[in-house]
Amino acid sequence: MFAKIKFYLKSFLFLELLKGLGVTGRYFFRRKITVQYPEQKTPISPRFRGLHALRRYANGEERCIACKLCEAVCPAVAITIESEQRADGTRRTTRYDIDLFKCIYCGFCEEACPVDAIVETNIFEYHFENRGENIMTKEMLLDIGDRCEDQLAADRAVDAPYR
Amino acid sequence: MIEYFTPVWLSLPESLQYTIYTLLKVVVILMPLFIVVAYYTLAERKVIGYMQSRIGPNRVGPKGLLQPFADMFKLMFKEIILPTNANKYLFFIAPVLTFAPAMAAWAVMPFNDTLVFADINAGLLYILAMTSVGVYGVIIAGWASNSKYALIGAMRSAAQIVAYEIAMGFALVGVLMAAGSLNLGKIVASQEGGVGSWFFIPLFPLFMVYLISGVAETNRAPFDVVEGESEIVAGFHVEYSGMTFAVFFLAEYANMILIAMLASLMFFGGWLSPIPDLAGDSIGWLFLKTGFFMFLFLWVRATFPRYRYDQIMRLGWKVLIPVAIVWIAVEGVMVYFKLGPWSV
Repeated sequence: MFAKIKFYLKSFLFLELLKGLGVTGRYFFRRKITVQYPEQKTPISPRFRGLHALRRYANGEERCIACKLCEAVCPAVAITIESEQRADGTRRTTRYDIDLFKCIYCGFCEEACPVDAIVETNIFEYHFENRGENIMTKEMLLDIGDRCEDQLAADRAVDAPYR
Repeated sequence: MIEYFTPVWLSLPESLQYTIYTLLKVVVILMPLFIVVAYYTLAERKVIGYMQSRIGPNRVGPKGLLQPFADMFKLMFKEIILPTNANKYLFFIAPVLTFAPAMAAWAVMPFNDTLVFADINAGLLYILAMTSVGVYGVIIAGWASNSKYALIGAMRSAAQIVAYEIAMGFALVGVLMAAGSLNLGKIVASQEGGVGSWFFIPLFPLFMVYLISGVAETNRAPFDVVEGESEIVAGFHVEYSGMTFAVFFLAEYANMILIAMLASLMFFGGWLSPIPDLAGDSIGWLFLKTGFFMFLFLWVRATFPRYRYDQIMRLGWKVLIPVAIVWIAVEGVMVYFKLGPWSV
């Protein structure tokens, strides 16, 4: 009986509805957490997985030894590698293509690489305007690697204790 | 300038003068209404954004103030798609049928004791009629679209409007019993004398019934099963695009403003000042009160989840209508024994 009266009192006085309105009313005056993207950006982790790059050693020699572990591990089959033996007897790639339409940015290639050649940079703002631009060739990847080398080395240094 | 036009104006026949004058009055009422509707859409996005810890649109123009115009131009230039096998005639007449009553209802709106376009004695009845006609547009739109989602939306709308129209009508019966008139100006006039004599105090249950059924009538959250984007995409207007969609949109918001203004006219003393000794009556009070109710609609939308369809029916038929009827009986007794603040 008492519970029933209490129930009717509660529903006819809109107590629970007012409580709900109170919550949204409080949030109306709260600090807004929107990040206004082009001007403001969220911090990027050193482990961020963005656009790919191929790195070089300090002496300018490319790191990739065409072991094809990345090609084997890639779950989306986005990497295509062809290799040959160079005059000095080392094996290097002649072709290293990543199809960015297939790539799912899982970072397995990076983890599989024994020489830290293929890496993922923190570049995430890029787009394509023509057909075929989604294929990253070896030259493009090496070029990105050259441009981002400082950032890449710094990120790897930060992450080193956990690797 | 004036000297040049006065003889031209006087040379026109009487009937033409009257027509031009009336058309001018229509423009004077509807143009501000369109602008308010445009900015109400922006306000809705802003308020709901704020309540969700976001900041809402702020890119187009200073502080996002040109956003409504951007939306409008976008909709204007979009293609109007006619679905296959849709009834072309009904498909295009439906938005007009929703829009026209939403605009027509504003004819009897009093803005203060003299500023009223059509001061008719059956004003309340006229508004009830106009707001109910609007649902035909929704039903026809759902039928003509030749789409199952649109049809489901239209059916839901029909059932919902029927249920809530009755509750709303009963709530308004209470108001006209208290005021002794169907004329909106007289209803406001009978609430003269400060906050204490506004109708929302003696008629509080009816006020709540009116407010709830008003939200339901305009198909707003939490009663927006007609659109119910998570179940039936967009209900009756899934198939509408471009300007035809914009017209539906315009009608919905014009109806919301109408309901808000009616609430402040009938229960909150319209343009009357809450404390007559401190501040005089002015149109500003009406806009302030209307603004509050408009904000309340957004607030409610930001707060409550959508009702389940059968719960809407239950609330309408088994809660709101009995509450309204009981309170009308109570009010009848109060009026008979002259217990209320009213003087009928």
